[in-house]
Amino acid sequence: MSLNNLDTLYRQVIMDHYKNPRNRGIVDGDAVSVDMNNPTCGDRIRLQLKVEDGTVIDAKFEGEGCSISMSSASMMTQAVKGKNINDALKMSEVFSDMMLGKDLDSDLDLGDIEALQGVSKFPARIKCATLAWKAMEKGVKEED
Amino acid sequence: MDIKAIREMFPILNQEVNGNPLVYLDSSATSQKPLPVIEAVDEYYRMDNSNVHRGVHTLGTRATDKYEGAREKVRAFINAESTAQVIFTRGTTTSINYVAYGYARQKLQPGDEIVITPMEHHSNIIPWQQAAAATGATLKYIPLQDDGTITLEDVRNTVTENTKIVAITHVSNVLGTINPIKEIADITHDNGGIIVVDGAQSVPHMKVDVVELDCDFYAFSGHKMGAPTGIGVLYGKKELLEETEPVEFGGEMIDFVNLYDSTWKELPWKFEGGTPIIAGAIGLGAAVDFLSDIGMNNIYEHDKRLANYAMEKLNTIENISIYGPNERGALVTFNLDDVHPHDTATVLDSEGIAVRAGHHCAQPLMKWLNVAATARASFYLYNSVEDIDALVDGLLKTKEYFGNVFE
Repeated sequence: MSLNNLDTLYRQVIMDHYKNPRNRGIVDGDAVSVDMNNPTCGDRIRLQLKVEDGTVIDAKFEGEGCSISMSSASMMTQAVKGKNINDALKMSEVFSDMMLGKDLDSDLDLGDIEALQGVSKFPARIKCATLAWKAMEKGVKEED
Repeated sequence: MDIKAIREMFPILNQEVNGNPLVYLDSSATSQKPLPVIEAVDEYYRMDNSNVHRGVHTLGTRATDKYEGAREKVRAFINAESTAQVIFTRGTTTSINYVAYGYARQKLQPGDEIVITPMEHHSNIIPWQQAAAATGATLKYIPLQDDGTITLEDVRNTVTENTKIVAITHVSNVLGTINPIKEIADITHDNGGIIVVDGAQSVPHMKVDVVELDCDFYAFSGHKMGAPTGIGVLYGKKELLEETEPVEFGGEMIDFVNLYDSTWKELPWKFEGGTPIIAGAIGLGAAVDFLSDIGMNNIYEHDKRLANYAMEKLNTIENISIYGPNERGALVTFNLDDVHPHDTATVLDSEGIAVRAGHHCAQPLMKWLNVAATARASFYLYNSVEDIDALVDGLLKTKEYFGNVFE
């Protein structure tokens, strides 16, 4: 593998989310707050979700970690905002499948998230990418 | 030291990783294993495998002789007075837990103090947190200087007559700090306490003489010094080991078993409940022979040269933070500014270079350094200056790569 192969991991859109994270900060008003970390490496996220009538109306995160974990958090908040809980959980399942390298339904519109597909080829980094999604799953289940 | 000849003894090094020759710079996590160790374990399983200390058959005798022979090799290696003081455990963590459970919990009372430092590995923090919580003793910390060292003045100010236990690492697995164990042991003893030393990062790299250091308990792992995983050692002063209760009860560690009570075997076997780690101990014995043949002082000088060379070279890289004192053990912990250590480690891995990235099982120390994680390159007898040159090249490429994607 040469440095060029790293481009499958560090796609432009990932680095854009890392450098300019979307939805970084704290939600105004009442929100479910989930703290999660990756104890083996120290990545840490605080995710806040505002859910009304079964729909995620706001999602924000704070934390620190590598480019993969932070860009994934940024993309996740973008993806679940405005979705109902079931769709958000379904998306998390799709994301898990993507990390396992499974073939995905080509009709799915994954948006920016698709850029993280390359992570499946770097097994040591999969946990970085799934951290924010796990926090989201925990959050919406708590809200339920 | 003939590094080329030494490298040939480590077959694992002769491979490509991601299309590049493997550059293994993670020996502080676990070292690679030399052929004599691999062969000793292989031969034991092919020829001698049997349980120890029971039965009268020939294989049983051979296995027992090899197992106890390994104990004698370890005894000589750390200059303990007697093999009764060399207890085989699963590793440093288990060794420290044996002291925290079997000794500290029997002895500590409310008002007593346990003194440790912020540079400890989790394995030398949590057993003491637990012992303090169980007994009502207080946990205290010797403060760190800005360069990641401790001063004897601070040791004197922290250790009091209420201090029953000082638990400290010999060499920090993050900062590389080498602590003055003998002097700290003297201060501890002057106050009537005992000292427990985490030797996981020292025994593989330097001559350790437990009598000269005057430490009361000394714990280390085999897998960081060429031996298999799953074997480690707890050394203790004899009278203290006599006072220490076994932590695991069952077969192998008993003298007489009655219906309602039992008595323990003598040292060291009262701590070795169940079928012991026979192949691991034999592998450790072979590792001790291997290291002794090369000479611990030679290894120390070699590792120190590499650490100094690495410090010098890494310091030439712009926007790099290096943690810990100038005088250090065989490792360098660092961060490239603006690149997370996981990302650094992934780029280095694509070049075949193995480094550790994360919190190194030292979260309180990460907090003190005010970082979430760091990268660490660590060296051993099979590493060369070329390995460090490869690391520096890899780091320059990392900077370039992330510089470009950030454009």
